[in-house]
Amino acid sequence: MASYKMHLLVCGGTGCKSSDSMLIVDKLNEELKSHNLVDEAKVVMTGCFGFCEQGPIIKVIPDNTFYTKVKPEDAKEIIEEHVIKGRSVKRLLYVDPKEHARVSDSKHMGFYKKQIRIALRNCGFLDPENIEESIAREAYGALGKVLSEYTPQQTIDKIKKSGLRGRGGGGFPTGLKWELAAKSVAEQKYVICNADEGDPGAFMDRSVLEGDPHSVLEAMAICGYSIGASKGLIYIRAEYPLAIKRLKIAIAQAMEYGLLGKDIMGTGFDFEIELRYGAGAFVCGEETALIHSMEGERGEPTFKPPFPAVSGYLKKPSNVNNVETFACVPVIILKGEEWFSSIGTEKSKGTKVFALAGKINNVGLIEVPMGITLREIIYEIGGGIKNGKKFKAVQTGGPSGGCLTEKHLETPIDYDNLIAAGSMMGSGGMIVMDEDDCMVQIAKFFLEFTVEESCGKCSPCRIGNKRLHEILTKITEGKGTMEDLELLKSLSNVIKDTALCGLGQTSPNPVLSTLNNFWDEYLEHVVEGKCRAGQCTALKKYIIDPEKCIGCTACARACPVNAIEGDKKMPHEIKQELCIKCGSCYEKCKFNAISIK
Amino acid sequence: MTEIKVKVKLKEQDIKAIKEICATFDNEPGNLINCLQKIQEHFGYLPAEVQEVVAANMGVSVAKVYGVVTFYSFFTMKPKGQHPISCCTGTACYVRGAEKVLEEFKKELKIAVGETTEDGKFSLSCLRCVGACGLAPVVMIGDKTYGRVAPEKVAEIIAEFN
Repeated sequence: MASYKMHLLVCGGTGCKSSDSMLIVDKLNEELKSHNLVDEAKVVMTGCFGFCEQGPIIKVIPDNTFYTKVKPEDAKEIIEEHVIKGRSVKRLLYVDPKEHARVSDSKHMGFYKKQIRIALRNCGFLDPENIEESIAREAYGALGKVLSEYTPQQTIDKIKKSGLRGRGGGGFPTGLKWELAAKSVAEQKYVICNADEGDPGAFMDRSVLEGDPHSVLEAMAICGYSIGASKGLIYIRAEYPLAIKRLKIAIAQAMEYGLLGKDIMGTGFDFEIELRYGAGAFVCGEETALIHSMEGERGEPTFKPPFPAVSGYLKKPSNVNNVETFACVPVIILKGEEWFSSIGTEKSKGTKVFALAGKINNVGLIEVPMGITLREIIYEIGGGIKNGKKFKAVQTGGPSGGCLTEKHLETPIDYDNLIAAGSMMGSGGMIVMDEDDCMVQIAKFFLEFTVEESCGKCSPCRIGNKRLHEILTKITEGKGTMEDLELLKSLSNVIKDTALCGLGQTSPNPVLSTLNNFWDEYLEHVVEGKCRAGQCTALKKYIIDPEKCIGCTACARACPVNAIEGDKKMPHEIKQELCIKCGSCYEKCKFNAISIK
Repeated sequence: MTEIKVKVKLKEQDIKAIKEICATFDNEPGNLINCLQKIQEHFGYLPAEVQEVVAANMGVSVAKVYGVVTFYSFFTMKPKGQHPISCCTGTACYVRGAEKVLEEFKKELKIAVGETTEDGKFSLSCLRCVGACGLAPVVMIGDKTYGRVAPEKVAEIIAEFN
């Protein structure tokens, strides 16, 4: 194999690919060719680096130079300056927003300093389409160790002792789940990987699959050995074409190397993995719904028990874990359960990947130890709120979660604390909101999602959520009453208590948590007819300041309903009864004379 | 196999294509979703007539096929435009102004979500998160992703395809 002096790692995650990182790879290769450097340096397309805000990203090995916001036309300079002359291209280095200094190594960036990467350990370090690079970073080492040194029960005990809990939302102890499936007696059992990431704003599973597919395959085989299954199935969204492609390549390569298939590593253990495609239904993240979908049915959940560990796919015992959970398993085996359980809090061990997005400076994928505070995530890793605005809330847990506010900034983040705060871990989406976001609108947004995604099987979810959405709409239109607020609360609690599955039971969470944390805002909408964030169009009032208005008539000409009156060169006035609140006048005024109240 | 009666005309070769796809999945009802995905890839959409052929081949009721097609958002019974436009309305895009972008597309194309323009060129839909939240708000047209889309840029983007 050729050995290269230098490697140029280009991010091939979805975010960076959308910003032409493929073209960057082509350009870099062209430049290497034209300078006769193809034997000296190699361009590798890797998985996601996580720092999506600064993408596309290129990392140069061995000196660890981290280039941000690279454009295809920068390729020439990178090759000529960095590869040939050994000088980094200063203008492409990250600028620390606090120190205003350029930082060359990602280790020293605020975004990376507090992170501990376990599930994401290989993302951005290797070419996911080349199994040898994965093996060089210990892939299948844990499987080898388990097959040669441990019994299935010993393996399960290790996972139990590590304290690993399901990363898909519920936080059920993984080792216990494996033990239940192991105890079920059947000729055929299944290991199922839930890669149906449906939570909007969360993209960690996809990043793991795109950046390090072998860690998931390896963990599924370890699970298969532990519970006595010879078949694995990955249920993945058809909307993730890149992840599907890389998984297919990874499975084929692992089969070829004898790391999957018959008689793995000569130990007599057989394990095969197949893909099953989801077709876009949020409820399929729930394990019984997921199993029905894999069987070719509508993805409707069924009552538990029986649990999948007893009767799952094709009525056989099945163990369902999500991608991130699996990605942690090989590390636990190799580094030991004590090491893993030394990270985190008393009841939540290890790390959690969060997709940090919304009104925050550093959007990206982060992996942090359990127990980190919200303040550390938002202000240190996330670099604070965009455009210097005021922090208002962070929504965790997606449509099943709730909002955390300023008073939760010092709360250590783990499964139990999030639930105590009225939210949940969920799959790890973290959407940051600032003062311009209306919390009633946010609650309405999530309910809209739930109404759309409700499978319709049980009436609390099918009808109840629809009613919640109607009431919220009424409030945002300025027609809400105090009784509506009471109804919101009681209806939410009824849905919580009576819905069939996890989706239904948690669907009122966005309403309850905003009611709890932002009661004032709801009151303002109902009592004063005011939306402090200015998001509820019906509650907006455009007013012309007669002091600032010079009577240029620009606003009157822009108004589609002729609601603005006034003589030339004289202050104008908006007739509120005619105004449709379209905002055209506000946009047209060059003198800042129009304000929104 | 049962005789297939088709009300609205599917060409002989279309029926053959559907049969062939079903056969690659061994006409196994458990593979219904995977099979429908392949067929949609082939036809672009899944009209009732296609569903009838699938049902007959797989040995399940048309109602079951229809139930599955309408349950999952990935399947569509209406043909999409030549350039299908999908606005991401995931949470990250929403808080960064996706709704205004969507409104602008509706206004420019004069169609509602789920519709196709008269010339069959564009269709408009929403999707929940493409996982490129760093670029929010995001719009996908065909396979191409547009990031940090401002409402003012919408007309310009559409013009690229005219």
